[in-house]
Amino acid sequence: MTIPQERHVLVVFPHPDDEAFGVSGTITTHIKQGNPVTYACLTLGEMGRNLGNPPFATRESLPVIRKKELQASADAMGLTDLRMMGLRDKTIEFEDDEKMVGLMTDLIEELNPSKIVTFYPDFAVHPDHEATARAVVRAVRRMKDRPTLHCVAFANNTLEMLGQPDVVYDIREVRDQKMNSMKAHISQTAWMLEEMEHKLQQGDTETENWLTKERFYNYRWNEDFEKSF
Amino acid sequence: MELVEVKKLQVELDAFAGRDVYLHLETTNGSYATHFNEGFFNAGAFIRNVVINYELGKVVGDSPHRVGLKLPHGWVYAQGITHYELDDQGRLLLAGHDGTGKLAVALQISETPFSY
Repeated sequence: MTIPQERHVLVVFPHPDDEAFGVSGTITTHIKQGNPVTYACLTLGEMGRNLGNPPFATRESLPVIRKKELQASADAMGLTDLRMMGLRDKTIEFEDDEKMVGLMTDLIEELNPSKIVTFYPDFAVHPDHEATARAVVRAVRRMKDRPTLHCVAFANNTLEMLGQPDVVYDIREVRDQKMNSMKAHISQTAWMLEEMEHKLQQGDTETENWLTKERFYNYRWNEDFEKSF
Repeated sequence: MELVEVKKLQVELDAFAGRDVYLHLETTNGSYATHFNEGFFNAGAFIRNVVINYELGKVVGDSPHRVGLKLPHGWVYAQGITHYELDDQGRLLLAGHDGTGKLAVALQISETPFSY
C-alpha cells in the first residue's frame, strides 16, 4: 500500500524509541510528502533498564541521554514538531484517567489531525503502551468526526485475536531514515540492532520485513475495548 | 559508576546516617518479562522521594552485595547491589546490574529531592 496524504498526523507513544521500530518509516514518508507530523512522547523512558555493565549511565542520568536520543531520532526522520509531555516512565496507568484523556483531547483540538497513530489497546504489552492507547482511544471516541486511528499491536496473541494487519505500508524508500531513527536510540537498542544486523546478513526475511514494511490495525470501533468510560 | 568496594561504600553510607534523606528504591524485571517468557511471574517495587532518616547503614557480603538501612521504626534493604557512585550532586546512587547490562535493583539516597 502507498501512504496516503494527510492533513496532519499525530503520533502518540510513551517512550523514546517506541516510534523508531514500528512507525519511523511511515513518519518519514509523511514528512517527505509534506504532511505535518507531530510526535507526542509522553515520557523520557526514565526507567529504562539498559544501563550497561560496566554502566554507562545511572538511573538519574539516563533521561538526559534518552532526551538527546529522542531528538536525534526526530532529526533522522526530519520531524520538527516533537513534544515531550513530561510524564514519568511506568507511571502513566496510575495517572488520573480523565486527566490523560484531557491531555490527548488538548493535542487533538490544537492540531486537528486527520490521522492518529498509537498502540492498540489490549495488544500493546507494556503498561505504559496500554495506558497511552486507552487515553487516545477514549479521546477519539468522544469526537464527532473521528480521524483515522492506526494502531500498532504486538502482543503474542495479536494474530490470533485481530488477524493480519489491515494496513501494511511499503517503506523501502525511507529504509535509511528508519535505520537511523533506530540507531539514534543506541543506549537502548544496541543489543537489538546487533541481533538485527546478524539476522540480515543471514538473509532472514522476517528481519528484512522490519525495514521494508510497517503494519497497522484500524481501530475497530465496533469491537471497542470497553463499553463505556 | 564503579564496582562496590565494601570499605569505601561503607564510608559513604555512614556519611548520610542520622540525616533526613530522600530515598529511591526500585526492583525490576522489566515490563517485557512476561512477553518474552509467558510463564514468568513479574514482580517489582518502586518508591521515590520518600524521606527517611536512618540510624545505621550497612553494606554486607560479596558481590552482589546487600545494603540495609535501619530506621527508628523499620528497615530498608536491597540485595543484588554491584555498582555505586557519589554523583556530581552529592547523591549516593547504588545499583545492581546483571551480566547483560540491565538494571535489576537501585537504592539511592540524597539530601535534595530526586527529579519528578
